[in-house]
Amino acid sequence: MKKLNRRKKVIIWTVFLVLVFLCLYACGILIPEDVIASDFLDAKHMPSWKHPFGTDALGRDLFFRTLKGLSISITIGMIASAISAVIAILVGISVAVGSKPLDSLINWLIDLVMGIPHTILILLISFALGRGLKGLIIGIASTHWCSLARVIRGEVLQLRSQPYIAISRKLGKSSRWILVHHMLPHLLPQFFVGLILMFPHAILHEAAISFLGFGLPPEQSAIGIILSESMRYLSTGMWWTAVLPGLTLVCIVLLVDKIGEHLRKLIDPYSAQE
Amino acid sequence: MIQRLIRIFITNSLKMISLLLAVSIISFILVCASPIDPVQQYIFSLGTAVSPQQRAEIEEYWGVNEPPVERYLNWLGEVLKGNLGESAIYRRPVADIIGQRFLNSLALMISAWILSGLIGFALGCVMGLYQDRALDKILKKICYILSSIPTFWLGLLFLLIFSVWLGWFPSGFSSPIGVLSENVTVWQKIHHLILPALTLSLMSFSNIALHTRQKLIDVLHREYAQFARARGEGKWMLLRRHGLRNIMLPALTLQFASFAELFGGSVLAENVFSYPGLGSAVSAAGLNSDVPLLLGVTLLSTLFVCIGNMIANILYGIVDPQIREVHK
Repeated sequence: MKKLNRRKKVIIWTVFLVLVFLCLYACGILIPEDVIASDFLDAKHMPSWKHPFGTDALGRDLFFRTLKGLSISITIGMIASAISAVIAILVGISVAVGSKPLDSLINWLIDLVMGIPHTILILLISFALGRGLKGLIIGIASTHWCSLARVIRGEVLQLRSQPYIAISRKLGKSSRWILVHHMLPHLLPQFFVGLILMFPHAILHEAAISFLGFGLPPEQSAIGIILSESMRYLSTGMWWTAVLPGLTLVCIVLLVDKIGEHLRKLIDPYSAQE
Repeated sequence: MIQRLIRIFITNSLKMISLLLAVSIISFILVCASPIDPVQQYIFSLGTAVSPQQRAEIEEYWGVNEPPVERYLNWLGEVLKGNLGESAIYRRPVADIIGQRFLNSLALMISAWILSGLIGFALGCVMGLYQDRALDKILKKICYILSSIPTFWLGLLFLLIFSVWLGWFPSGFSSPIGVLSENVTVWQKIHHLILPALTLSLMSFSNIALHTRQKLIDVLHREYAQFARARGEGKWMLLRRHGLRNIMLPALTLQFASFAELFGGSVLAENVFSYPGLGSAVSAAGLNSDVPLLLGVTLLSTLFVCIGNMIANILYGIVDPQIREVHK
């Protein structure tokens, strides 16, 4: 087979990812509740053709629970990382205004959010909002913007010293005009790559927080909840309840991560030499 | 040189104090905003019926009806005196619980930190030396995969493989159940520490490995390294004479800056292995609305991360001559 270049690979992977996501969404909507209802006659079964991931201690089919959980995780991940990326670009751009106190304030703010371990901060926020979907999304969104904001800030600082920006300013263009016409086009690729690379982190944190019991309510079938339930039955040898749902999550994360990395190398060819 | 270090130290300390104050305010606001009523939870945990009058007494004793600013100032004053309040679930002073559990957590985090640093650095060197060979590619893949695996899932896998199937390690706690704490030997403690520490270090070594690899490749492409190669120095000699000196301190800096992830990871690892450290305390505190404990751990974790960042900044100032020039 002819070797594909990076752009083609990205397109193929992205199409694949979109298909997977659509399938998961469809599953999340279409799977009726009674498929994952508990059935004590069918409990604790090993993976088989009837139940590809086996059943848990309450006899719920793990395959469908995992699919449902993934569709929830993906939704949360997308909303949270989108909000987070928007915060990041707003914060990053506000450096472009050029006031020094504002810049130090932003730096301080970034240090502040980075100073509290993310798990603890999300836990606090989710505690403050009474544990649940809202707390989870706000918690993840308000902790993940820092590194992207730093990248965008650096980019803005670099752009600001470019000659064409100075010329544009001398020609009497307003800061807003320069921002929209000269800076945003440079920042958008960074923004999208940042957004995509943020997504895996967001769903990993979602799973972790649900695992600790602060996220979704226990009757939901989020991955974190399935895994935390499985912990109780590990010693009885029910390996499939822990291994298979986690593995699917890892696959999704790896897939998104791969696309993000490829995209990053596309917009920044220097780093492709690594 | 020393004057400069002192200056970095002072600016960093001032920043740290401002951050800690901000964190205390933010976490206090968050806790206050919570719809989960601590008094209600407390009464719930008592398990007995409480008359409205008794409830009012509890509220009076806890001071929940005072205005938030006053409550915050009271709390902050007590914290500065070293009194973090009394934990609602353990019925002991928070400072005691934190002190005791922090030692457990510290043992876990330090061993994971050292382990991940050593593994990461060694693998990074190997990857850098064998750039673009099969070994490098395989290791790089492993690093990428490991950084996408959730900590708690890896912990579950380890638990499953090493303690359920193979039975090599106990499945939790920092010492055997049913043995008095005075009789626990050091070996038993280490035995219980190995799995959580391994989980935690596997989660964080990929970062340092990839960073070291990149730095080493940069160094090996420099002219002095090429000259050394032309003189006939082998790979390992090259690493020892030119590589290590250049990449050791940046790696150490990065490792100090990773305290936040270390702490976050330890929360998960401790919960998986039911290891009695701060991480399991904080999630128990959150689930049972133990506000004093939650606030205490948050402050401590921030302090911990800030100290790591400060050390990283100071090291960075020593390593990088460009930053040194700016500070002059």
